[in-house]
Amino acid sequence: MTSDTLMLEELAQSEYKYGFSTDIEADTVPPGLNEEVVRLISAKKEEPEWMLEWRLKAYRHWLTMEEPQWQNVHYPPIDYQAASYYSAPKQAGEGPKSLDEVDPKLLETYEKLGIPLKEREILAGVVAVDAVFDSVSVGTTFKETLAEKGIIFCSFSEAVKDHPDLVKKYMGSVVPYTDNFFATLNSAVFSDGSFCYIPKGVKCPMELSTYFRINEASTGQFERTLLVADEGASVSYLEGCTAPMRDTNQLHAAVVEIVALDDAQVKYSTVQNWYPGDENGKGGIYNFVTKRGKCAGKNSKISWTQVETGSAITWKYPSCILMGDNSVGEFYSVAMTNNMQQADTGTKMIHLGKNTRSTIISKGISAGKSQNTYRGLVKIGKKATGSRNYSQCDSMLIGDKCGAHTFPYLEINNKTSQVEHEASTSKIGEDQIFYCNQRGIETEDAVSMIVNGFCKEVFRELPMEFAVEAQKLLDVSLEGSVVYIKRLSLRENRIKGKNDYGNY
Amino acid sequence: MAIIEIKNLHAQIEGNEILKGINLTVNAGETHAIMGPNGSGKSTLASVLAGREEYEITEGEVLYHGKDLLDMDPNERACEGIFLAFQYPVEIPGVNNSYFLKTAVNAIRKHRGEEEIDPGDFLTLLREKMKLVHMDDKFLSRSINEGFSGGEKKRNEIFQMMVLDPTFAVLDETDSGLDIDALKIVADGVNEFRKDPKKAAIVVTHYQRLLNYIVPDFVHVLVDGKIVQSGGKELAFELEDKGYGWIEIEPAPAHA
Repeated sequence: MTSDTLMLEELAQSEYKYGFSTDIEADTVPPGLNEEVVRLISAKKEEPEWMLEWRLKAYRHWLTMEEPQWQNVHYPPIDYQAASYYSAPKQAGEGPKSLDEVDPKLLETYEKLGIPLKEREILAGVVAVDAVFDSVSVGTTFKETLAEKGIIFCSFSEAVKDHPDLVKKYMGSVVPYTDNFFATLNSAVFSDGSFCYIPKGVKCPMELSTYFRINEASTGQFERTLLVADEGASVSYLEGCTAPMRDTNQLHAAVVEIVALDDAQVKYSTVQNWYPGDENGKGGIYNFVTKRGKCAGKNSKISWTQVETGSAITWKYPSCILMGDNSVGEFYSVAMTNNMQQADTGTKMIHLGKNTRSTIISKGISAGKSQNTYRGLVKIGKKATGSRNYSQCDSMLIGDKCGAHTFPYLEINNKTSQVEHEASTSKIGEDQIFYCNQRGIETEDAVSMIVNGFCKEVFRELPMEFAVEAQKLLDVSLEGSVVYIKRLSLRENRIKGKNDYGNY
Repeated sequence: MAIIEIKNLHAQIEGNEILKGINLTVNAGETHAIMGPNGSGKSTLASVLAGREEYEITEGEVLYHGKDLLDMDPNERACEGIFLAFQYPVEIPGVNNSYFLKTAVNAIRKHRGEEEIDPGDFLTLLREKMKLVHMDDKFLSRSINEGFSGGEKKRNEIFQMMVLDPTFAVLDETDSGLDIDALKIVADGVNEFRKDPKKAAIVVTHYQRLLNYIVPDFVHVLVDGKIVQSGGKELAFELEDKGYGWIEIEPAPAHA
């Protein structure tokens, strides 16, 4: 019995590593949502009139919408009037002009998170970072280096001021402000995010990265990312997320839009590690995110890779609209849920152009009492002759209290197309664990090894250093799930046998 | 010196008693063959020694180097030097052989209070042992047993045994499904292991064939969960001639 208690204690200790909060003075708008708040956000950001108009249109449209109910997740109604829609770390006077002016406490936070914000610390590295703290972007690294190539990488607010034509042209062109309840809400109240433009023919020389962090207790985070790859351009982009531990739920409703013109390639990777709530399901982030890419040009390619281990609820379908002929969409996903987490995630591949191709590889792992759903749509339009899709959805169950669900939707309107769907569900094999045990490997390490092997096809798609991080995250996320396996076996016998005769 | 002492061992699964009082002592330097008809409990005995948890031990004890074996977790037993060559080795997709073995070697070293193995030394070790089982480098990057033929799986078990270097090996029907060439490779590996007088092995087999290549010091016949006959290697030949039928009607010998 003691070993059981021990395991439980370990579970309790396997706490969320990024759960600290930063004590920093913030400029927070009082809770509530109305036109005044939308205007206030826009004013605080000193936005031009056209931006405010867009927000207001979105807000008015949002009032006519209802929260979607079709997803396979359950949560108490969200009171949209209880959240605060804007929070920014307070700065004396104007915003920071360079990283040196950024509040040292903020920099410290990012350091704790392992985000090397200071340029001098990452000179050796190859990653440029835009960091978003609560609602505002606090600093973008390597801006000058990128500018030499004509690459624009800055906060969304700056883009609105400095590159209004690009923003006007592309914002809402993939995810219109009327798109869905959460995207529309975001369109009304988004506070900041990242903007990136890669000019014609430019291959971005480094990984671009955005780091999101929610710090304030009752704020929602609504960031917006817009990424445009002009003809022949290519870029690899990574997004990471963390939040402090709070026992209330916090809303995160982001929008990501990607546009790829002729021959452009965009690879967008996400490592999502928002606070998932405690083992009883208290607290955690509600992650309702709309991510969509448009392969607008011929021969363009958009590839989504996501590793989702956090959030109390994940609602997210990074999708590709394959408009250009011969364009390619990819979706590689690992979604891991433990304890009381719920995830409903997948993708949509909309084939419109000729000879468009898409690949979907989804790996869902459910542990604890969690529920993990894959939901995916493959739609082949009438004119998309010769298009192909391959989908593979594998689910793994750890223990017998969790659930895995798969909802594939296929809409084929063209006879020359080819669509393949494969799905499997497996329980993590006690045989596999025993095999590892018999070679000296502890159960916890065995589970981690088996799960990582299960996800290998997806990890392969991540940039090297993030693949390592993703594996570690899975391990953290898996901690405690072993209790379920241990308990099963303890219940079965040895303890009883031992008590009967085992006193030496 | 006794490596393992099995005393009056009873085990059941889902209420069915499979082992009904096994007594067996294996000393250092000895190889014991356990033979018997299907369903006699041979594989159960192998699984129980390795610590498979589906089996409930209802009576008896097993001492390993004088320590209570049944009190140890399966991975602890492995770290203490017990190795089971599985009858049906499992596949673990996405986990390659060299990574798996390195994790195992380091788990065992950690248990002994040793440093992790040097990656260069480890590779040298793998290459040396791979040669003995006729495997090439490609094998190291393949997923564990995934897409392996029956013979490759069994050779992999022997390869793992040689890398992990246990004290006490239990080979569960390692000969089943092997052609004669693979059988010889497997037997060579086991014979290499047996050269060390501090080690011991139990070879579980249905057929006498394997024992031509791995010549045991003792043969035991297991019928209906009990050892009904024990003898030297010649007992295996007798069984080959007469089958198991004749033995079941004879009274079981008294236990030592």
